[in-house]
Amino acid sequence: MGFFDNFLDDEMRLIRDTCKTFAEREIAPFADDWERNGTFPRELYKKAAAAGILGVGFAASVGGSGGGAMQMLMMIEGMMRGRSTGVAVSLGSLGIALPPIIAAGDRALIDRYARPVLAGEMIAALAITEPGAGSDVAGIRTSAHRDGDEYVVNGSKMFITSGVRADLLTTLVRTGDDPHGGVSFLAIETSSPGVQVSRPLEKHGWCASDTAEIFFQNVRVPAANLIGGEGAGFPLLMRNFQSERLALAGYGYVTAELALEEARRYAAERMAFGRPIGKFQTTRHKIVDMATRTVAAKTMVYQVASRLDAGEYCVREVSMAKNVAAETAVSVSYDAVQIFGGLGYMRETFVERLSRDARILPIGGGTQEIMKEIIAKAMGL
Amino acid sequence: MKVVICIKQVADKDARLKINGAATWIEESELAWAINEADLFALEEGLRLKEKHGGEVVLLSMGPARTQEALRKALAMGADRALHLDDPAFEGSDVATAARIIAKAIARDGFDLALFGVQSDDLGSAQLAPRVAEHLGVPHAAIAMGIAVDAGSGTVTVKRELDAGTLEVVALNLPAVVSVQLGMNEVRYASLKGIMAAKKKPIAAIKAADLGLSAAQVGAAASRTQILKVGFPSAGEKGKAEIFGGPPAQAVAALIEKLRKEAKVL
Repeated sequence: MGFFDNFLDDEMRLIRDTCKTFAEREIAPFADDWERNGTFPRELYKKAAAAGILGVGFAASVGGSGGGAMQMLMMIEGMMRGRSTGVAVSLGSLGIALPPIIAAGDRALIDRYARPVLAGEMIAALAITEPGAGSDVAGIRTSAHRDGDEYVVNGSKMFITSGVRADLLTTLVRTGDDPHGGVSFLAIETSSPGVQVSRPLEKHGWCASDTAEIFFQNVRVPAANLIGGEGAGFPLLMRNFQSERLALAGYGYVTAELALEEARRYAAERMAFGRPIGKFQTTRHKIVDMATRTVAAKTMVYQVASRLDAGEYCVREVSMAKNVAAETAVSVSYDAVQIFGGLGYMRETFVERLSRDARILPIGGGTQEIMKEIIAKAMGL
Repeated sequence: MKVVICIKQVADKDARLKINGAATWIEESELAWAINEADLFALEEGLRLKEKHGGEVVLLSMGPARTQEALRKALAMGADRALHLDDPAFEGSDVATAARIIAKAIARDGFDLALFGVQSDDLGSAQLAPRVAEHLGVPHAAIAMGIAVDAGSGTVTVKRELDAGTLEVVALNLPAVVSVQLGMNEVRYASLKGIMAAKKKPIAAIKAADLGLSAAQVGAAASRTQILKVGFPSAGEKGKAEIFGGPPAQAVAALIEKLRKEAKVL
């Protein structure tokens, strides 16, 4: 029995298998071009929707495919076989943009936005971070003032994944003065007059995903687009963070697994001083350490996902898993580059890409430091 | 129209293979499994025939409990139900014995058309489909690149792949057996919806006794061939295998040199 068999059933393996087949067929052959060009064809959303991939983790009653946290991890494991984290996270941006709309339970908003997004007809992005407020969410300043049947939105959002071509922005706005009680979510269509999207931001990694800065200038949004009522933003956001952080933890251990796989293969092929470098104890031990850290991170993420699926409250555990998996991705991909030597510094190698893609993991979705503050609070320190 | 698709579970193409302790087969513990690639094309063809002519797609596979994962996947892709030849007595069956068992199971369930992948990724004998056809006493065509059924006349027209890009077209009376070549169609995904639906589709277990076969008629005891030894070709040993390293141009030049001077085939 393998390390992870007790977490997985046939259905989970099949989800991973479908996503892997999709990624190998629809993403991997084009990944290098898409990474270089900083984007990928919009039709990929429709293809992924048709296979049911976009709907993983969403109930059939809102147009999803069903499944919970473990199924989401299976999707990430499969989709990363496309050799581009950027494509995977861009296709997956609905995974953070839709849950507030669905959790709030407004049928009209679900029909108007969640269904077409899950069908691959609209692209959705989550807009929280601002130039002046990231981890300090209560510090956001983008404002929404009620004016009759509409809200008037002013401000800007930063580092928005899928932001360049998103049709829908699940946007955190300030509707009152209270730091926490005064924030709300609004569903804003980017076609609304006054929404201005920057050109794609140039990033260190996740290069095939489009990331934007978005400006709102007197944008009029129907009051019906308020998600979950005024002041409901914070609890919806906190809930959303759990699945976002678990997903990032997933990208973490999968990044490490792929880097390890590449390093292992290369160490067996690359000759130095008359033998494969994998035969030197220094390399062998490095690979063993990489494998051990990767198994530890994956085990932890699986365990937390299984507990979330069982309905447990796991804020501390999710935060810990995110930090462990993110650090593992960074360190294992770093070691993989080291094993590749000069070649690992070249754009042509997958480990080079993985090492750049890993770097965002201890930053995005709440930094490593914020995770530690959450854990400290949960521990009563 | 009732189409039976025979599938085999084999080691995943990405799996890192090891030889077992007795050096008689690959080490199967901790191995990732997949459906034999050619069988997926047969399944896709079967599903298309059902979409066109109606009827039923029935899966058949022989193997231990793990085979259920392969059957679930094929059910998730759209097959209606599955027959699982699941009996420890079947273990060690060679292709001749397996063909006898599978033919019995197909005959018992009934069929209009039985589709196979042209050969398995592990043993690759390509004998199963023709042997099953012989046991069933029905016509057989191998290496299909196109299949068209005429329900009215009860025939199937098969385009067979021959050498040098040529095709042979043959018509068979139904019921018939056809083996399908890799790449004859584009295989669909097991959609997430299909995966959820597959949970409710039946997999019927079939034992040797259900087919009226005794223990002496199945498995290793009934098989005239056995695998004596399995191993990797060892690089470097003279006369066995050699890997040409270095830049491609240099490796190709070295290969041509060897083919000329040592193998003397050029």
